[in-house]
Amino acid sequence: MIEGVSLFEIMSLTTILFFIGIYGFLTRTNLIAMLMSLELMVNAEAVNFVAINKYLSPAVLQGQIFSLFIIALAAAETALALAIILHLYRLTENIDVKEVEELKY
Amino acid sequence: MMNEFSYLYLIPLIPLLTFIFLGFTAKKIKEPISGYIGTASLLSIFILSLYTAYKYFFVVGLVDGKYQSIKIMLKENWIHFSDKLGIDIGLLVDPISVMMLVVVTTISLMVHIYSLGYMHDDTGYSRFYAYLSLFTFSMLGLVLSSNLFMIYIFWELVGVSSFLLIGFYFEKPSAVAASKKAFIVTRFADMFFLIGILMVGYFAHTFDFETLNSPSTYETIQNWIANHQIASFMGISVFTWALIFIYIGGMGKSAMFPLHIWLPDAMEGPTPVSALIHAATMVVAGVFLVARLYPLYFHVEDGFALRIVAVVGAFSALFAAIIALTQEDIKRVLAFSTMSQIGYMMMALGVSGFNGHEGLGYMAGMFHLFTHAMFKALLFLTAGAIIHAVHSNYMKDMGGLNKYMPVSSLVFLIAALAISGIPPFAGFFSKDEILTAAFEYNIFIWLVGFLVAGLTAFYMFRLYFRIFFNKQPDYGDHKPHEAPYTMLFALIFLGLMTMIAGFIPFSELVSADRMPFHSHIEWTDPLVIASILMAASGIGVAYLMYYKETSYPEKVATAMGKGYKWAKNKFYIDELYIFITHKIIFEHVSKPIAWFDRNVIDGFMNLLGLTVEKLAERIKIIQTGRMQDYAMYFVSGVIAIVMLIIYFN
Repeated sequence: MIEGVSLFEIMSLTTILFFIGIYGFLTRTNLIAMLMSLELMVNAEAVNFVAINKYLSPAVLQGQIFSLFIIALAAAETALALAIILHLYRLTENIDVKEVEELKY
Repeated sequence: MMNEFSYLYLIPLIPLLTFIFLGFTAKKIKEPISGYIGTASLLSIFILSLYTAYKYFFVVGLVDGKYQSIKIMLKENWIHFSDKLGIDIGLLVDPISVMMLVVVTTISLMVHIYSLGYMHDDTGYSRFYAYLSLFTFSMLGLVLSSNLFMIYIFWELVGVSSFLLIGFYFEKPSAVAASKKAFIVTRFADMFFLIGILMVGYFAHTFDFETLNSPSTYETIQNWIANHQIASFMGISVFTWALIFIYIGGMGKSAMFPLHIWLPDAMEGPTPVSALIHAATMVVAGVFLVARLYPLYFHVEDGFALRIVAVVGAFSALFAAIIALTQEDIKRVLAFSTMSQIGYMMMALGVSGFNGHEGLGYMAGMFHLFTHAMFKALLFLTAGAIIHAVHSNYMKDMGGLNKYMPVSSLVFLIAALAISGIPPFAGFFSKDEILTAAFEYNIFIWLVGFLVAGLTAFYMFRLYFRIFFNKQPDYGDHKPHEAPYTMLFALIFLGLMTMIAGFIPFSELVSADRMPFHSHIEWTDPLVIASILMAASGIGVAYLMYYKETSYPEKVATAMGKGYKWAKNKFYIDELYIFITHKIIFEHVSKPIAWFDRNVIDGFMNLLGLTVEKLAERIKIIQTGRMQDYAMYFVSGVIAIVMLIIYFN
């Protein structure tokens, strides 16, 4: 619980953060930038978990534990995504999603 | 039920195992080994069959002056239809099945031994023995079956083995065509057989032979027919129709007119196969079937179905004998002769009575089946030896072989005398009893039989004189030679059997009501003298016409004119079938149906497919392959769902 800051304000912040992530994901064509946008979305959720846990039911710790899991998973997922991107680059010399569109009808 | 015959399941099982073994290893086993394996397994069941026959006929079979039927139940209620109707799997031991066991194993063993020489150096050697084992298994299963359904299963299995063996030289188009023809024609007949079986099951509530043949069953059926006048078609009750349908199945297998067309073509198979399947065992399955259900045939509606059996048999006998007079291919002559003799057996069953001495026809039919198996197998195997020697099926390529092949000549003479009905060879006894039975039944049937006896003697000796005497063609450097000793062994063994088989007191063993009776030949009976004279005159005419090359055959052929041409072309029955199938059925039934199928049914389906295809063409552009488009769809979807949830809450 942070003095003078309500849950509403924190959640507004995370919502803004989340939609910045979505905007980035939909508009950027560079895969690395898209990955970063993805991280933004994940982090917005992690903050949500902690905030809701702290404000609504401070007696338990589930929300905070979850956010720890999310951090760990995000790290693993990023490693995997980077490996895929690296491989894609080796194959096509390109990491622009607009150019990589082999898998279609 | 355990009893002293419970070892009997081994008899079909051993050839089945041999078939599986040889079938799987046919490529690996070298030539003589597979033949030896097949022959050894056949020898073992041959001995078992002889032991069974001895034990049945002389030790345990006869109880209170009547041969018992002993049933070995292998699986009760194998298929359960209703509380009243089910199918058992069991083996039935009675006089005719034991007799058939002996016939099948004897001929099959001889054919196995003969083939060791005949199939020598053939590429399909092991395959041939595998098929022979399959056939032997199926045939033994057929004769031992304890109910109609089981017999149907084995009936189809012998059909399949016959198909495989006729088409044995599958690189020859004519053999392939012949095997297909045989299979289709017999299958067509078997369709009626199946209908008959189902009708019997429906009306008699059992498939079991023992129950069907018991007096209580046919009395029940008689009462049922009397009380259900309505259940009839064209004035004949449904039960008689069932028996007629079953007989049509038998007609198909036994090559009775008009379903005989496959038998001459079946001669495309290797000659030992013709001897085993298309002369001695499988083709008599129809006779066996009628004999199996004989009490039913005799009692239901005063034996109406049996009269049909007699008429079809007599007609086929005469018809085939006339065609046999004109054929040039020796195997085809023998094929028509087989058909004629099977007609004889059918006729014998048809004219028979039931009790005691009245059942002479039944006994004679079975006796003729037995002796015919011996001498016809012998004739075919000798023909095989001759074909082996001169490399041709046609009589014009033979002649004067007596000095090259003395043993074959001798055994052929024995077999020809036997089939002509000259005492003391086997055929005389059975044939004479058939004629006696026919004479007691109907003078016309007898007359047909009598005429056929003369024709048979004539065409058999036409064959004999033209092969072994007559004009000798130029054999070139490759002189014909006597067959190898394996083949000769089989020939001599069957020759001996042909000489002694007639003296078996058959009426003491096999009879319609299972009670032994005594029958003997009355040498002063005018019927006996007449039939011997008829046979002798047939032989005499053949001698005059064919012993030396004469101009008589051509003169007779010219004098006969059209008749000769018709007989030579088998009375155009094949052409008639072709006409009916191609010109009528294909043209007026199949073609419209095919049109409907191709245009209406297929058209509808194509329309359906085309619509889906066009639709897919439209919507496939959604799949762009760009990740962000998918993300866009996903996000819009989520937003839409969220909106909906908010709106409805």
